[in-house]
This record gives sequence, structure tokens and C-alpha cells, in this order.
Amino acid sequence: MTKATPLNATHRKAGARMVDFGGWDMPLHYGSQVEEHHAVRGNAGVFDVSHMTVVDIGGTGARDFLRFLLANDIARLEQYGKAMYSCMLTPDGGVVDDLITYFLGENDYRLVVNAATRDKDIAWIDEQAGAFDVSVDERAELAMIAVQGPNARELAAGAIDEQHRAAALALQPFTAAAAGDLFVARTGYTGEDGWEIIAAGEQVADLWQRITAAGVQPCGLGARDTLRLEAGMNLYGSDMDESTSPLESGLGWTIAWEPAEREFIGRAAVEQMRLDKSRRRFCGLLLEDKGVLRNHQRIVVEGVGEGEITSGGFSPTLQRSIAMARLPAGDYQRAQVEMRGKLLDVRVVKMPFVRYGKIKVDL
Amino acid sequence: MSELPGDLQYTKEHEWLRKEEDGSVTIGITDHAQSALGDLVYVELPEVGQEVDEGGEMAVVESVKAASDVYAPVAGTIVEVNEVLADDPERINTDPYGDGWIVRLEPSGDSDTMSPDEYQALLDELED
Repeated sequence: MTKATPLNATHRKAGARMVDFGGWDMPLHYGSQVEEHHAVRGNAGVFDVSHMTVVDIGGTGARDFLRFLLANDIARLEQYGKAMYSCMLTPDGGVVDDLITYFLGENDYRLVVNAATRDKDIAWIDEQAGAFDVSVDERAELAMIAVQGPNARELAAGAIDEQHRAAALALQPFTAAAAGDLFVARTGYTGEDGWEIIAAGEQVADLWQRITAAGVQPCGLGARDTLRLEAGMNLYGSDMDESTSPLESGLGWTIAWEPAEREFIGRAAVEQMRLDKSRRRFCGLLLEDKGVLRNHQRIVVEGVGEGEITSGGFSPTLQRSIAMARLPAGDYQRAQVEMRGKLLDVRVVKMPFVRYGKIKVDL
Repeated sequence: MSELPGDLQYTKEHEWLRKEEDGSVTIGITDHAQSALGDLVYVELPEVGQEVDEGGEMAVVESVKAASDVYAPVAGTIVEVNEVLADDPERINTDPYGDGWIVRLEPSGDSDTMSPDEYQALLDELED
């Protein structure tokens, strides 16, 4: 059964091309994916991300539980409202999912996990929670939108009631707060400033309408993917999964190694991988030729070995093709990609490709 | 859904053909095809003079979503390619039956094509 978000009718009415994404009927674009991409880099766009899953963790054991469940350490969150990005690992050090944790209060945390992994994640969290005094509460009734771009907050502010508007606008990057009935977080998945807003399902169509009426471009999952790729942000299922280590997926920075006595799931495995000098690199690639890099294309590093593209596409901001790739260990900047039987030159670059509207790699 | 141009022939691979007065055939992809592909970002064109077999790969169009082969609906020799597409692949999105044409070829055989009405019937079937 395909699931629909509370905005489904809104998308269809706006002429969106709909597509199945992890079992959800979601908008791919509303006409031009590239125009939507540019709208977010240059002004503001709004995405329906209600397919993502909100899970509230409460109880006196919540803090200890999350310090065990997550590879990053929520003890680093000192202020209420602070957000943290982390992976949940398997005991073997593979990635169960990546997620955002919001620290909302003493014994009160909110997780936002991926749509396609929802059932697996809930089962995993429930299973691990057994030994702790915690409540795990999936908030399926909540919808979520992301309004992103340099002018996003300013344009969307009018959709937040006056009483809470100033507080929402005062939010620092990577923090969140309740704003009346809404939950507003200054986070996102595009490399631009903006908010992610969680609202009740029955409220969200009205919120969407007010935000788009303010001049914010509706954007589909197509633009969301090219924006996150330019921003160097991983996509679960493409760039990492249970068979890959976060250390081979560009996510080493999300593992809190200190304090050494904190036992989290997968710790022993990632500590061992950390010592492995032959572990693969995770890098950005820039195609020097014409063409488009695609997922799973083979990368050849002469005299070193082979790797694979995990996410590839065309970057509307760079007007070049870019990719993320898992590559053999070594110090090199040049490689080749196999495309329709030909080998084309690619340059290995440090990500992100784009951040806050600016190109961050040499073209 | 927009009207199909009545002066063109169509294929089930969603290409269109126009018979020119000099006997050559201009080929592009249909509005349905460009819409399904999404924004085009790269077009790989054949060389002028290249010979193609009926049903053989002739060009590649790549969109934000995927790469798609364009097959020759008729055997022949490429006499002209739309160079504009090298820098402006989105012409195919904005004007699939006009500025977004892909190649012109000198046919050496017959083609198995559909009339506008037959192609419309195929599209209607796909809609269901």
C-alpha cells in the first residue's frame, strides 16, 4: 500500500509529478526540478518531508539509552533545543540509519529518522530500549515541511503566529523550539539556511499554502536530492547502509570517541576499523568531461585500485556532473569513471561542492 | 495534454520523425518522452557521416533522473546534428518538436512508424 502525506492533494492540485519513494507517494517536481533547485540556492523553496518519521524518546532512562543507541554522544547537547546528527550502528559497525536528535528537555528527546527505514528503525529502537526505563513514541500524526534558502526564514516567518515569530527567527543554526502548535528547527538538508517545521497533519496544508503564497517555491524530491548532493550530505541507502562503516562513508566526524568509557552499539567494530590503514576513502568527484555521473558507476584509480560512485548526478549550481564515491585508500587527486564503456577523467575533491549558495570547489 | 503535431510520424520509443523535402528525415523525442525524463542536462550526439542501423543507438539524452538511449527509427547516414543541444540540452524540454530536434539523417531503408492518431492511442493507453 502506497502511503500519502497530508499534503498529497495539495501536490496533485499543483500539478506535481508524483513518484513512489520508500512506499510513499511523493512529488518528484512541480514542472522543473532544476528551477526548483535554483530557487532554493537563490531565494527559497519548500519541501514536503512528512514521510520522515518522528520518534519521541522520554523517561528517566532516555539520556542513558540514547548514549547507548547512537554513535554520537547526546551528552554533548547542553542546551534545550540543540540538535545533533548521528548514526545508529549495528554491533558490526554498519549503519542502521542516520538521524537528527533534538534535546527538548530533561528526559525529553525527539528523533527524526528516514522514511524508507521506518519499520526497521522502530523495531531496532524498541529492541534496544528493553533494558532502559524509556518510552518510545512514534508520532505518525505529525507532518513535516522544510523551507530552505537564503530568504526562507524571512518569507516563512509570516506563517508563524505573531506571538512566536520573533523567537522562531532568533533560533541559532542547529537549534529548535516549539512555536505555538508548531515545532521549528533551524536545520535542513540542502546546504542553505532555513527551517524544518513539524506540524499536526491537519494543520500542514494551511501552513504550506501560507508559505507558498509568500513566494516560496514548492520543491520536490528531485531538487532535494541534487541540493543535498551539492551540499555533500549523505543519503541513507545510497551512500551508506548496514554493510558499510561510517568511517568509509564520510561520517567519521559523527562518532564521539570520547569519553572512552561510553559504551555505544558498534563501538568495538568502528574502533577496530579506525586503526585499519587500508580502509576506503569517501570523497567527492567532479567530472572533467561532459556527461553525467550516476550511482554505481565504476571508478578506476590507476595503480591503486577500484571504487564505486554511491550518489551521482548533475549539479545545477556548478553546471557540471558531481558525485560521492567510495574509493580505495591512497593519496591521489585523479581517477577515471567508466561510462558506457569509456573511461573519462574525474577529479577527487573535498566536499561540500556548494554551501550557502557559494561554490566551494575549484572548477 | 498538448496536441500532437499532425505533420510528424512517431515510434513506440517516443521519437518523432519529419520527412523533409530533400528526402532526409529529422528526428527528435516527443513531448511525452521529455516530460517523463525531466530536465535534460546532457545530450551525446553522433558524428555527421556516421551510419546507423534501424533500432541502433544513435544518441544519448541524459536528464537529472537518468540516461536514455535514442534509437534510430530508420537506417541511414547522419547528415546533420543539432549542435545547439551540446550547450543547451534543455531545448528538448522547452521545444521538443522544434528547436529541440536531435539529428537529421539520410534514410537507406523504410521505417515502421505510427501516425499521430496511432501514437495518441498509445499515449492514452499509457495514461490508464
